[in-house]
Amino acid sequence: MKRLLALLLLALPASAQDRRSGFEDMARETQAMQRDDMQNPGMLWVAEGEDRFNRDCTACHSEASMRGVAARYPAWDEATGAPIDLAGRISACVERHQRVAPPARESQPLLALTAYVAHQSRGLPISRPSDPRLAPALEQGRALYGERRGQLDLSCVQCHDDNAGRRLAGSTIPQAHPTGYPLYRLEWQGVGSLQRRLRGCMTGVRSEPFAYGAAEYVALELFLNDRAAGMLLETPAVRP
Amino acid sequence: MARVLINVPRSARRGDVITIRTLIQHTMETGYRPNAQGDVMPRDIIRRFTCTYDGAVVFSAELSPAIAANPFLSFTTVATSSGTVTMTWEGDNGFAQTETRAIEVT
Amino acid sequence: MIVPTRRLLLAAPALLLMPRQAGATQAAMEEAVRGFTGGAAITRGRVALDISPLVENGNTVPLSVIVDSPMTEADHVRAIAIFNERNPQPHVITAQLGPRAGRAILSTHIRLATSQTLLAVAALSDGSFWSDSAQVVVTLAACIEG
Repeated sequence: MKRLLALLLLALPASAQDRRSGFEDMARETQAMQRDDMQNPGMLWVAEGEDRFNRDCTACHSEASMRGVAARYPAWDEATGAPIDLAGRISACVERHQRVAPPARESQPLLALTAYVAHQSRGLPISRPSDPRLAPALEQGRALYGERRGQLDLSCVQCHDDNAGRRLAGSTIPQAHPTGYPLYRLEWQGVGSLQRRLRGCMTGVRSEPFAYGAAEYVALELFLNDRAAGMLLETPAVRP
Repeated sequence: MARVLINVPRSARRGDVITIRTLIQHTMETGYRPNAQGDVMPRDIIRRFTCTYDGAVVFSAELSPAIAANPFLSFTTVATSSGTVTMTWEGDNGFAQTETRAIEVT
Repeated sequence: MIVPTRRLLLAAPALLLMPRQAGATQAAMEEAVRGFTGGAAITRGRVALDISPLVENGNTVPLSVIVDSPMTEADHVRAIAIFNERNPQPHVITAQLGPRAGRAILSTHIRLATSQTLLAVAALSDGSFWSDSAQVVVTLAACIEG
């Protein structure tokens, strides 16, 4: 048993034992806002998603069947033969089964539905992407994470691994674990997706961001979820 | 209709001080922010909140643009009799929304 | 130690988010307070303004005001108003309440354009006014959408 544990620990990345959610680096007041569903504005999006789900989705899905789903995304999409993230899955589901125009990325209806579905997994651990067909995208995500980009010539690693926990202006640099998406960002004054956050990082280092829904983002999401595997989902998180 | 979350206890004992908490989806556009084109976006806020219970206004508030997006309000009232708690939000561009919650007082 | 710090900070268009207007001044705040009190004297005390002294994002700042009052017909808080010094406008919120509130307490989320002083004033049924103030530092975030 001890040996197995030691092996497991060896298998984890060096930082895995002190991984921390951005939640832990927030001010106590912002933490309290996230914890209290009546003060967490993200719950307004969850409530809207619940209404939409009950109206549009219950012919096929039950609320109970949504528990744990968000913890397993991005996943393999048989129809397109490519990885797909949760918002992409919901959007594709609307298009394929309801036969209506799919909601746009970052639109309120899609954010609301995604927040609602992800909220059903709040408190569950993020699972490690295990489908072997995801391996190439996972590796692409790892490469993107380590690649210097933009006019500032910075990679994700330089901030979120090498300097995580240190301060940049008034903020603590987080370890970049996507535990709470879609989340309510005080800066945005609204709910946004992980892809919006990734775009923010890319424009921050003065690089051309990918288009919403791009394979590169899904690959990055895959890698980040692999890196955060075992951490608990918080959706809807609140972040400064 | 804006999405709202309201917390009013379903039941209370007469004389209890109960807490009412409300959260409503609204941008509370300040009237000071420029859009992507550099033009200042016109103000669009909730200006007034009113809570009536048992035939009387028990709490009301005038809001300025300094109230955060998706306004949160928490206040108290004394449970007097079984009935309806009515909450109304009014604001710019004809914004008006009313929500009710029943409370049983024993 | 963190080489990119300065560059990232400079690159972040944080200053664009600052209000273009100079913001309210202390004089403007005093005028707004006079509008609430009618010029009556304000005594410090009985009011507790609870807000974090260090705010990591000024867009949504939790704030509570509690006034020490029995909240009876004879002796209660009629209104609570909150003012600020350096937002574009000095007024934040005015709440009317009375004996049916049971307690004189108000919580909300406010916006703060920058570090400044906040003032909470309570109007009592006997015509007196009481206050509390708080100094708040709003920190500057580096990585914001531009």
